[in-house]
Amino acid sequence: MKKTFPVLSVLLLGLGISAGAQNVGDNLGSHNENAGGSGKAAKIVAVVPDADNANLKLPAGFGALRVAEGLGKARHIAVTPQGDIYIKVNGKVAEGKGILKLHDTNGDGKSDETTGLANYGGTGIVVKNGYLYASSDDDVYRYKLDAKGDVIDPKGEKIIYGLLNKHHHESKSIALDNAGNIYVNIGAFTNSCQENPGLHSKGKMPCNILDSAGGIWQFKADKLNQTYGDGVKFATGLRNVVGLDWNTQANQLFVMQHGRDDLHVLWPELFTERDNAEKPAECLYVLKKGDNAGFPYIYFDPELNKKMVAPEYGGDGKTEGSKEYIDPLVAFPAHMAPNALLFYTGNMFPAKYKNGAFIAFHGSWNRAPLPQEGYYVAFVPFENGRPSGKWEVFANNFSGKETGLTPRNADHRPCGLAQGPDGSLYVSDDQKGTIYRIIYNGK
Amino acid sequence: MKKLIGCIIAIIALMSFQPSPKKTVPAKSKPVAILPPPVTGMKATMDRGKLIYLKQCLACHQVDGGGVPHLNAPLDAATQVVNNNKERLIKIVLKGMTESVELDGEYYSNKMAPHTDLTDQEIADVLTYVRNSWTNKASAVTPAEVKAVRLKIK
Repeated sequence: MKKTFPVLSVLLLGLGISAGAQNVGDNLGSHNENAGGSGKAAKIVAVVPDADNANLKLPAGFGALRVAEGLGKARHIAVTPQGDIYIKVNGKVAEGKGILKLHDTNGDGKSDETTGLANYGGTGIVVKNGYLYASSDDDVYRYKLDAKGDVIDPKGEKIIYGLLNKHHHESKSIALDNAGNIYVNIGAFTNSCQENPGLHSKGKMPCNILDSAGGIWQFKADKLNQTYGDGVKFATGLRNVVGLDWNTQANQLFVMQHGRDDLHVLWPELFTERDNAEKPAECLYVLKKGDNAGFPYIYFDPELNKKMVAPEYGGDGKTEGSKEYIDPLVAFPAHMAPNALLFYTGNMFPAKYKNGAFIAFHGSWNRAPLPQEGYYVAFVPFENGRPSGKWEVFANNFSGKETGLTPRNADHRPCGLAQGPDGSLYVSDDQKGTIYRIIYNGK
Repeated sequence: MKKLIGCIIAIIALMSFQPSPKKTVPAKSKPVAILPPPVTGMKATMDRGKLIYLKQCLACHQVDGGGVPHLNAPLDAATQVVNNNKERLIKIVLKGMTESVELDGEYYSNKMAPHTDLTDQEIADVLTYVRNSWTNKASAVTPAEVKAVRLKIK
C-alpha cells in the first residue's frame, strides 16, 4: 500500500479525459492542469464527493466518495501512477480474487471495472518501481507491471516464503525503501508472551518467539525465494505492526505497533478497567536497524509518558521499564488498532498535510466496558521527518455509530491507506469492502 | 467454535479471579446453592448469568455477543453455542481455548483462559444466559451438567 510512483499529477484517461479532480486541485495549483481538457467540452468529468461525503466526517474543504463497495475484506491498498487501485483481499478468497484491481473508465472517480488475480488472502500490497508487491500471511510475491500499470503475468514471483503464520497477528504487512529493500512485519502470536493464558501468568523469559516473530524483517525486494536465513531481523520487540511506511524525508522506516491487551482482565489487582482502556499505548516508532521496542517486557503508558514493566515480567503499573528500549514518537490511546500508516507526499491537500502521517485506526474491542475508540483516520503533522504537532482525527464516522459501537456493528472499519497520483487519499474498509476516496475542494 | 466457547469461558474463567463479593468462596457459596429449579427460575438464572457475563465475558465477546472478527469468536447466532452439545461449551469454560480454530470460515485467534474457579452454578448461569441472549434461544445449562463435565475432565 502506500507509495505510488512519484507522479503524474494529472490523470489522463483514455481519450483526453481528465479524470482528476480538477475542481479539487486547481485552487492549490497542484496540477499542471488540465490535460488539454478545457477546450474539449463534453468529455471532461470531474471527481466530485458523494452527496453525503460517503457518510464520513471530514475537516472543512474535504469531501469523500465511495469508489466501490462490497469488495470483502479489503485490507491494504495501492494506487498505480495511472490511478488504478489494487486491493489486497483477506480471508478465503475466490480463485483469482485475492488481489482486486479497480479501474475508472470515465473519470468520475467511481470504479467501472473490477478485475482480479491471485488465490491467496493476506494484507500487504505496495506498488513501487514498476512492480506490484503483495503478501499472503506466509509469503510475499511481486508482479511486474506494464506501462499501463497492469500485471503482466498473474502468476507472479515469490520473493519471500515460509514466514511464521499461527493465525494470530499473522498479517505480513510490507513497505519498501528506496534502496532495494522490502520490510515485512512478522507479528508475535501472543498477547504478552505468557507461559499460559490464565490469570497472573508469568511471561516467558526470555520470550522465545522473538527469534522468528515480534519484529520487522528486511529482505531484498528483487531477489526470489528468500526466507528467514536470507533476511535480516531489522527491529525486534514489536508486538504486531500492521501499518508501516517508508518516510522519504527522514529516509527511515516508521511503524505503528498494536499494543498489548487485557491489563485488567489478567491483572485485576493491579489495573482497573480504565487502566486497561487507556494505558497500553498504540505507538508510532521510527526504526533504525537493531532497534528493540521492548515487547513483551514493557508497554508504554501514555499518561505517565514512560515505558513500564509489563505485569507478566514483574511490573505493577508503577515500575519503569528499561532504558534500552526505544521510545515512541507518538503514543496514541490504547487498543485503537492502527492498521495503516501513510506519509502524504501529494499536493492536493493544504500545506499542513504535506509529508505528514495518516494513520487508519481499525477500531478497538479491548476497551469494553468503556466505549470503543478508533474507527477513524488520524493525522500527525511532520516536519523534516519528525512529528511537529499534536495528532488529530482526520476522517471519522466510518462506524456510523454514535453510541453502542461494537466491532460487529460497526458499519465500516478503516484498514488501508493509499495516495493517488493527483494527491487523493484512499481508504479501504475490511468490514464491508468499501473503498473511499478523500479529496480536497476547499478554496 | 470450540474456540469461541472457549473464549467465553475463558473469559469467564479469567475474570472469575477478580475480587468479587459474591465469589469469595469459590466452591460452595450459599446464595448460589439456593438456585431455584430451571423452569421457575429462568429469570433469576438469566439475571445472575448476565452479571457473570458482564464481568467475565464482555471484554472479549462484547456487549452484543458479537465477538471481534478474527480475534474473539461470536456467541450470538453461533450454532455451536446453541446446539445440544452443552458438554463442549462447559469444557471450553473449564479448560479455556488455546488453539486457533476455524469457525464458519473464519479463524478466531485470541486465547481464552480456563475458568475453573467459577462454581458449577455460575457456569450454568452464564452459559444459560449466553444461550438465551441476543438472538439465541436454547435450553438451559444446569449445575449438574457442569458438575458432570468437571468431574470427567479432572
